[in-house]
Amino acid sequence: MNGKRGFGGGGGRGKAGGQGQQGKDGQRRPMFRRRKVCKFCSDKIDDINYKDTKLLMPFVPERAKILPRRISGTCAMHQRKLRTAIMRARQLALIPYTAE
Amino acid sequence: MTRKYELVYVVSPDATDAQVADLHSQVEQIAQRLGGKIDKTDNWGRRKLAYEIGPHKEGTYVLETIDGGGELMKEIDRRLKVSDLIIRHLIVRVDEDQVKIERTRTKRTEASRRRRVARGLPPDRQPGEGQRSDVEDEDRFDMSEVER
Repeated sequence: MNGKRGFGGGGGRGKAGGQGQQGKDGQRRPMFRRRKVCKFCSDKIDDINYKDTKLLMPFVPERAKILPRRISGTCAMHQRKLRTAIMRARQLALIPYTAE
Repeated sequence: MTRKYELVYVVSPDATDAQVADLHSQVEQIAQRLGGKIDKTDNWGRRKLAYEIGPHKEGTYVLETIDGGGELMKEIDRRLKVSDLIIRHLIVRVDEDQVKIERTRTKRTEASRRRRVARGLPPDRQPGEGQRSDVEDEDRFDMSEVER
């Protein structure tokens, strides 16, 4: 409770201005968002392999966490396969579990 | 019907080439003894580890594709766990996945052929046709350059 209020208050001044601007922008033109497509569907990659680090690396950005579906746009089936592949690659130290 | 497995093991960087070869022959011996066989071996050589494992920062990766049963893999797993030279290993069953991949691939090509025939085109793509060129294909991984 206390922490929450403190957080809101701390960010309040800077954030309020930003939000106001965003609101105005939103009224002028609807925010444009590019439609996300599943990389594996569009590129027709059937095999998401744990050995293919080149393919997996874009899905584990700086902190080495797996990129969520809502950001990468990967479809559910491919996200599941990607997850197992990343977890296998991590076991073999091909991909880090975490970065610092 | 035998199953197909992939075994990847990471050998300590202190190991000599002879020791790595010895490990390979050990695995081969176990496989032969328990009625399996090694399909393919691939030595990736020395690679930097993504994170430190104990004192090690590098490792020699070896990939083996093995035909055999579950009992064989259990034995190999046990032996690799005991070995001091091996810092990591992973056994994955691949035959079922390969069948699935093959199935989706043939399904897709068949579907595209059917569509092309329906449009009155020859079933296979002619050279120089279509908007996807080889240059674009090479760009497939440039997402990584943006994010890293």
